[in-house]
Order: sequence, then structure tokens, then C-alpha cells
Amino acid sequence: MTIVVPERAKALLLSLLLLIAFLGAWELAVPSAEKAAQQSEYEMLTGGGAPQAHVPPPSQVIGKAVKELSNPFYDNGPNDKGIGIQLAYSLYRVLTGYFLAALIAIPIGFLIGMSPLFYKALDPFIQVLRPISPLAWMPLALFVIKDSQASAIFVIFICSIWPMLINTAFGVANVRKDWINVAKTHELGSLRTAFQVILPAAAPTILTGMRISIGIAWLVIVAAEMLVGGTGIGYYVWNEWNNLDLTSVIFSIIMIGLVGMLLDAAFAFVQRSVQFQE
Amino acid sequence: MEKPFIEVTDLTRRYPAAKGGEPLTVFEHANFSIEKGEFVCIIGHSGCGKSTIMNILAGLDAPTEGGIIMGGKEISGPSLDRGVVFQNYSLLPWLSALKNVMFGVRARHPDWSRDQVVAHSEQYLEMVGLTGGAEHRKPAQLSGGMRQRVSIARAFAIQPQLLLLDEPFGALDALTRGTIQDELIRIWSATEQTVFMITHDVDEAILLSDRILLMTNGPFARVAESVVVDIARPRQRAEIIHDPAYYKIRNHLVEFLARRSKELSGSHGREASGGPPLTVRPGLKDPDDKEREPSWPKLVSAVG
Ligand SMILES: Nc1ncnc2c1ncn2[C@@H]1O[C@H](COP(=O)(O)OP(=O)(O)O)[C@@H](O)[C@H]1O
Ligand SMILES: [Mg+2]
Repeated sequence: MTIVVPERAKALLLSLLLLIAFLGAWELAVPSAEKAAQQSEYEMLTGGGAPQAHVPPPSQVIGKAVKELSNPFYDNGPNDKGIGIQLAYSLYRVLTGYFLAALIAIPIGFLIGMSPLFYKALDPFIQVLRPISPLAWMPLALFVIKDSQASAIFVIFICSIWPMLINTAFGVANVRKDWINVAKTHELGSLRTAFQVILPAAAPTILTGMRISIGIAWLVIVAAEMLVGGTGIGYYVWNEWNNLDLTSVIFSIIMIGLVGMLLDAAFAFVQRSVQFQE
Repeated sequence: MEKPFIEVTDLTRRYPAAKGGEPLTVFEHANFSIEKGEFVCIIGHSGCGKSTIMNILAGLDAPTEGGIIMGGKEISGPSLDRGVVFQNYSLLPWLSALKNVMFGVRARHPDWSRDQVVAHSEQYLEMVGLTGGAEHRKPAQLSGGMRQRVSIARAFAIQPQLLLLDEPFGALDALTRGTIQDELIRIWSATEQTVFMITHDVDEAILLSDRILLMTNGPFARVAESVVVDIARPRQRAEIIHDPAYYKIRNHLVEFLARRSKELSGSHGREASGGPPLTVRPGLKDPDDKEREPSWPKLVSAVG
């Protein structure tokens, strides 16, 4: 008798094994926490030696995670907020900047996708603005807006706009001529053609752009918050580094990864819902 | 004499020269007419401009010279009066079969309620034999034949004055093609629809049409002949092949496509206005083929 194990289950099992092997190797490679603690306690008592940061073993990180995640929304003043609050700040900035960008990028992308004239006219601006690192805008934003919160949102806005703009324009410009002809032979007006034919036809390409944008926005927010400070997961990482609390740093790195994965999964879900097969 | 329903006059389509080349004249001085309720097929070799003529009829393309009058009005753009079944079906892939038909019905009757639109669409899907759940599937989940049925249902459902079909069965296997041809005949006889259809299949043209227009090869293609299909209706695929007229017509068409479409092509030395195509009736039971024989020398001499 043979037991058929589905491919997915096999892959999952292998992932788990890899994770355990990695964590095990890590745990063994790190000098035991007690030893380090004893030594440094002695050093601290004698006043010799600055507090030294050690890469913590995974067991310590897991302990930290359990503690943090059991009470993620506590707030004990500016430098001591729960991980949930910090992530919420970052998500708020990312989503605000991102949706403002979508509000502008998608209509303009539509326009330049429909009109070769507008495309040619706007192309040089896009080509120059697009390669600028979003953080390069930060000083200018801080000076003009005079508000660090809004500046971070602006940086997210500016980095999210390009993939959405370019993909929308590309998707709209490449809608099959046949489908446009279907709209024409049915005497659809331009607004109806835009919403009933061009938008659904270009939706998969537009959603690809939106998915790329949200990924970039989540990458950029960490750096932006390290610069502007105050709140947010980027600030949290930097703050814990200044406290030499590497356990928290590693824990927050993992959280950044997990939230980024969830954001991407959400957009992948929307993308699948507008996907069609020709 | 009463004016025909559709009158194509001196239709010419040229494409501007590519860099360093000469302008391309796809066809010129095409003259023909279509009566109300008539089923007309057009045959010609690939590239002679059949699709171009149909696009001009549909209002999707404009002629370089000449024009088309339909029902007393010049055709100047697309209209719901002319339904089109494109060569590649052109269904909207993100909509189900039913929604594709509803798309057309809604465009035609913006004032109808949703229930009316659904009922009307379902009626036409039923007419082409697409029921039992298939109507809720997306085009990608339908076979080529089913897709073509949806496309035909969409075009018939808007009840246009003229139905345009561009090689509608070109991509289908012979069996499926046969069934859909039968369905098309059935629907057409029930609706008295005027149809203009492109095909490259001689048997299909004889089975379906009242009249077959023959085009010479491009460039400078012309509509050279109008062949009347003198076979009584209703026609059955299995029976018409025993009709003596069938092979006379078939031979005439095959002979034209094999030989004369080439001989007559590129003959732009003719007078500027081509005049109407020669009417031929190879199927008439005329003992000495009076109608057909004398017309050939006339045509050849006209070519020069
Ligand atoms: N946009 C275009 N520019 C230049 N030539 C074209 C264009 N569209 C079609 N043609 C030419 O017109 C001719 C007729 O095309 P078409 O009407 O599709 O032929 P058919 O349907 O009879 O096979 C072809 O030779 C094709 O190369
Ligand atoms: Mg064609």
C-alpha cells in the first residue's frame, strides 16, 4: 500500500524542516545567553566595558515575539509603544500615500494610454522623475511641507505613482483593437467604452502595477521613518538599534517581512479576481 | 426603378505609401448592391480586401474614394443598425456568454429593465443552442464553435438591419461548421435578416447565399462578378449536392478562384469607373447556357 502525499504537503513539510534546521544552526552558533549575561554583568559591576550587543539566539527572539504580540497595542510614551501601534502608523502612511498616488496615477495613465499625443508630451517628465530615489525628495518635502508626517506620506506617494502610471498607460494602450471595435459597433460612448471595455481589459495590467507599487511603498516606508523619526516600524527598528536591543531589531525585521507578505497577498487576491483568460 | 437597400458606389481603398514605397491600392471601383433580406457572400483570395470592404460597411474604416448608401443614408461610422461578427469572434473574455449578449442588448435598448435584457439575451442564446449552464461560462471555457454561437447570438440579438460576418466559420472543424451553418440558415429564414458574409469556402457560399460576389486578386482588386445561386430554398446540405445547378455554380466559382481571379487582377488599365459586376447565372437550367457563355468574351474584351 502506498500513501500518496500531495505536492503541497510535501513542500510544506520541507519548508518546516528547513526552518527548524536554520533555527537550530542559529541557536547553536550563538554563544549561550547566560554565559554572555554573566560576563557582562560582571563587567558592568566593575564598570568596565560598554554594554555589548550580541546576536540573540532564536529562542530569545521567539520569546520576545510572544511577549510583544500578546500585548501589541500598549502605549507607554513616545519611545515605548507596542509593535501593533508602530505597524499601524506605518500602514497608515503607506496606504494614504499609496491611494493618493492611485487617485492620480490611474486617471493620468488612462489619459496617456488613450492619447499618443499626451503620451509623447508626458514621457520625458516620467523618464526623468521615475529613476529618482524617493528618499531624495525628503529634504525638499520637509522644507516645503514643514511636517514630518506629511513628508513621509509624500515620499510614499511619489514612489508609488510610477509603476501604477506606467502600467495603466501600457495596459490601456494595448487593449485589443477587436474589443474597441466591439464597443464602436455597439455605439458605446467614450465614457462607457472606458468603463465597460478598456478598464476591464486593462485591469490585470493595472493591478500588476498596483501590486508593484505597494511592494515598493512598503520597502520605502522603513527608510523614510528612520529619517523622520517619531513613530512607525522604521523608527522602531532604528530606536531599538540605538538601544542595542538586537532581539527587538530581529523581531521587527520579521514583522516587516510578514506585513509586506500580507499586503502582497491581498493585492494578489484582487489581481486574480480581475484576471481573465483569452 | 426602386433603389436597392445597400448601394456600394466606386468604393476604393488605398493605404498611404510606406517610407520610400508606393501607395497600396487594395481594391478600387467596387460597385455592387444588396437587396433587403438578401444573403450575399463575397469570395476572393486572401489579401484581396474582403475584410477591408466589410470594415467600411461596418463603419470602422473609411473608403479613400466612393461611398456606401444604406437605406437612403450614407454610411459614415459604426452603428447598431449594422451588427458585426468578427473573424476571431471578438467576445469580451471577462464576461460570461450571457453577459456578452447582454452587452449588445443593453447597448441597443438602454431603456430596458434588467429582466427584459436577460430574457431577450437568453432567447437568442437558446436560438443558437447555447443553454444548460454553458451560457454562464466565460469564452475561454467554451469551444470554438460555442464561442462563434455566442458571437452570432450577440449580433442577431441587436436585430440590426444588416448583419456582417467575416469568415465566421473559418476556424471551426468541418462538423461544427456544418451544424452552425444549418443554424444560421434557420435563424436567417426566420428573421428575414439582410446578411453580407465573407467566406473562402465555396460550398458554404452556395449553401447559404442568394448571390455570391467574386473578387479578383489584390492589389487593385475588383468585384468582378455577381453569381446568382439558382437553387431553391429551403436548402439541405445533403440534398443540394444532387441539384444539377450545384455543380455548375461550384465549377464556375472554383474556376474563377483558380484561374480568372489571377488573370483579371491588377487590371487597373480599365476605365475609371468599373460599373456594376457582371451578373452570371451558371445554375440556370438554360439548355445552351445563353446567359453564361456570351458574357465571358465580353468580360475578357473589357479587360483587354
Ligand atoms: N493598416 C494597413 N496598412 C497597410 N495595408 C493594409 C492595412 N490593413 C490591411 N492592409 C492590406 O490590405 C490588404 C487587404 O486586407 P484584408 O482586407 O484583410 O484582406 P482579406 O480579408 O481579403 O484577406 C492586404 O494586402 C493588407 O496587407
Ligand atoms: Mg480577412
